[in-house]
Amino acid sequence: MQVNEYKPKIVAFCCNWCSYAGADLAGSNRLSYPAEVKVIRVPCSCRVNPMFILRAFQRGADGVILCGCHPGDCHYTSGNYYTRRRMALLFSMLDYLGIEKERTRVEWVSAAEGAKFAATMNDFVKTITELGENKRLEDLRCKK
Amino acid sequence: MQKITRETLIEKANELLSSGKVNRVLGWKKGEFSYDVTPAVFTDVEQMKKDFVFDDFSGANFSKYLIKETRKEDAKVLVFLKPCDTYSFNQLLTEHRFDREKVYVVGIPCDGMIDISKIKEFAGDGVVSVNTDSDNIKVDTLYDGVKEIAKDKILLERCVNCKSKKHVAYDELIGEEGEILDGNRFDEVAKLESMTADERFEFWQNELSRCIRCNACRDVCPACTCEKCVFGNPNSGVENKSPANSFEEQMFHIIRAFHVAGRCTDCGECSRVCPQNIPLHLLNRKFIKDINEFYGDYQAGEEVGLRAPLVNYTKEDLEPSEAVNREEK
Amino acid sequence: MRKISLANLDKFFAKIAEQAKLYIPVDGKNGTSAFKLWQEGVVMSQALNTTRSAKDFFFPQTENLMEFKTEGKNIEIIDIREEKEDFVIFGVRACDVKSFEILDRVFLSEPVDTFYASRREKGVIISLACGRPNETCFCKTFGIDPASPEGDITAWKTETDLYLKANTEKGEKLLSSLDETTEDADEKAVEEQKKAINSIMDKLPLKDLTTDKFGVGKTKEYFNSPAWDELSSHCLGCGTCTFVCPTCQCYDVKDFNTGNGVKRFRCWDSCMYSDFTLMAHGNSRLSQKERFRQRFMHKLVYYPDNNDGMFSCVGCGRCLAKCPISMNIVKVMKTLGGKEND
Repeated sequence: MQVNEYKPKIVAFCCNWCSYAGADLAGSNRLSYPAEVKVIRVPCSCRVNPMFILRAFQRGADGVILCGCHPGDCHYTSGNYYTRRRMALLFSMLDYLGIEKERTRVEWVSAAEGAKFAATMNDFVKTITELGENKRLEDLRCKK
Repeated sequence: MQKITRETLIEKANELLSSGKVNRVLGWKKGEFSYDVTPAVFTDVEQMKKDFVFDDFSGANFSKYLIKETRKEDAKVLVFLKPCDTYSFNQLLTEHRFDREKVYVVGIPCDGMIDISKIKEFAGDGVVSVNTDSDNIKVDTLYDGVKEIAKDKILLERCVNCKSKKHVAYDELIGEEGEILDGNRFDEVAKLESMTADERFEFWQNELSRCIRCNACRDVCPACTCEKCVFGNPNSGVENKSPANSFEEQMFHIIRAFHVAGRCTDCGECSRVCPQNIPLHLLNRKFIKDINEFYGDYQAGEEVGLRAPLVNYTKEDLEPSEAVNREEK
Repeated sequence: MRKISLANLDKFFAKIAEQAKLYIPVDGKNGTSAFKLWQEGVVMSQALNTTRSAKDFFFPQTENLMEFKTEGKNIEIIDIREEKEDFVIFGVRACDVKSFEILDRVFLSEPVDTFYASRREKGVIISLACGRPNETCFCKTFGIDPASPEGDITAWKTETDLYLKANTEKGEKLLSSLDETTEDADEKAVEEQKKAINSIMDKLPLKDLTTDKFGVGKTKEYFNSPAWDELSSHCLGCGTCTFVCPTCQCYDVKDFNTGNGVKRFRCWDSCMYSDFTLMAHGNSRLSQKERFRQRFMHKLVYYPDNNDGMFSCVGCGRCLAKCPISMNIVKVMKTLGGKEND
């Protein structure tokens, strides 16, 4: 085994009502997803301010994924609809600034979708591993 | 188009001041040179005759000043607004930033304002005076005498791509009303979009690396009206007073543009005041262009009370992944 | 006095660059200019003044001071100071050179700022006589002669040649190391240029601006002047004037949490900002008027009070060109100083 194998750092913001429960379900079903994914629980996907995403990159994340309830199923009725608009615009802006568009993603994962959660995370980690380290939105001061 | 002179405006101000409709006038005050006008408040007409100016350098958008001005007293203030300024005016009213009753708006037509940095680029050092009486601008310089240039060559970027000659708010209008223009203001954004990600990254690094974080773009912006900005708040955890590295430059400009997305009327003040001439309007316009394409045409400030696109939704909105993979669809 | 043909300027730069990092003014995008590292192919800007001043070399906008790492209950303090490299700045104008003296009085008086001092020690300044002052220039007001700037070496650029004269030991040393590329010259062309510059100075719009009404002991006269209300009433409170100013020297010291330690850094601050002078009890300057007054009183009264009458403005004109609302020190001086200063 290679010792210096690149392990990306992934931050996953998960809504408390669906996606976080989905992650739980993945765990109780013994579906594995990479340990590089650090889950941060938020009350609703629309709690995630664009600043959170940039801050995650600043502190060394190589990819940020945001998971919420499926549109129409938001615990607060409409939170994820706002998330959808915000992230569409934010991701488009990041792309406009030349930052790799693969580094950010939104997925809708319900509490029943443990398998989808694991598959999504596996896929995202794979994408970011292939993409390599985040160089375009990095803060050198935060590197060890 | 009929050219509005300073005398016309002074006369109008005199009429409103003496009838007691307003007790002060927000206007432009003459400076040291012919181009450095300063916003000022006038309380009597004699003062105006002495110092008031209105010419091709009266570019400042006064709508934001109304927040501070209307807090001073209950009496009405007279403000002259150009068509593009009225959009910011409406947007501020939509956000309840000042009391409409305390302002008397006189709409004035505008045939484009001049960018002094373009004059300096054209005429070189030592611009002692600029004569804007005709559309052929005469620039008197210390070293090369008088040089002439057509006005449309030295307009502010926002005037080159003027979006509207129509006032969307006023109590009274001087001159003729204009039309909303089609314009090509998104061309430059589209050009950037057609580049590769690497080229775009290089372009923006080149521009944003000049940022000195003076906050002039934020402080002049009529959409940036937070009483305490997150970037100026020591308790926010993200306060950064200086662009310590490329990350902080990007963070400040992304977040600022995002925060005004859907509220920015594209008035162009940010690019006008930037001491490093960073084309900041290209960030805001990207959001406007995206909003138009994703959620239907929207012009902030067109009417008071419009629901901004980011506090609105439809069940059929596109997914974020579709937003960044449009060309591949 | 030595000279070198302008055609050989690149050779001259290359020779300097062999010994130390060389920075020259270079044109940037959209009419801006900045000091950039010289290397083969980099062309010198014709601009009079760079958008930002040369103070950045000695007092950069941000600078890391030290680091902390915690482990359990222990805090480790890490000294991150590095030995500074020699460097040469070419093309500094008379006004900017004078600004170094103003900064020196702040940073080199006890207790000496070692970060600043080490940069001052390592830097060699080659100033350049100002052949084409701008309409916004008023260096003469502060007794600065644009035709004979100070600095370690003074340079004059004529149509064909670059003339050089060393003023300090550091300058002598650098100039003599360049003997191969330069030749001896008389002062005739330089004297002519000086005359030409002086005649231009008499044509500048701000030539009659004087400091007579300002300086030592004027605090009481101006502090409560009613004029401040109007002067400051539309100030946006941005930091443009401060950050393009060659003499503004205020900074803030802040800690940045990197997630794996703390970096203590300092960065420029502006007295125009609402959180300048913010303390635990609140802010002693409550309104923009007080912040605005502070900036100009400091330049025109407080600094002279503490520094033998020396003003902390050099008349470079950057704030005149860059202020978003075109409010600036000249307007302040004319308003406070009254008619006779007009």
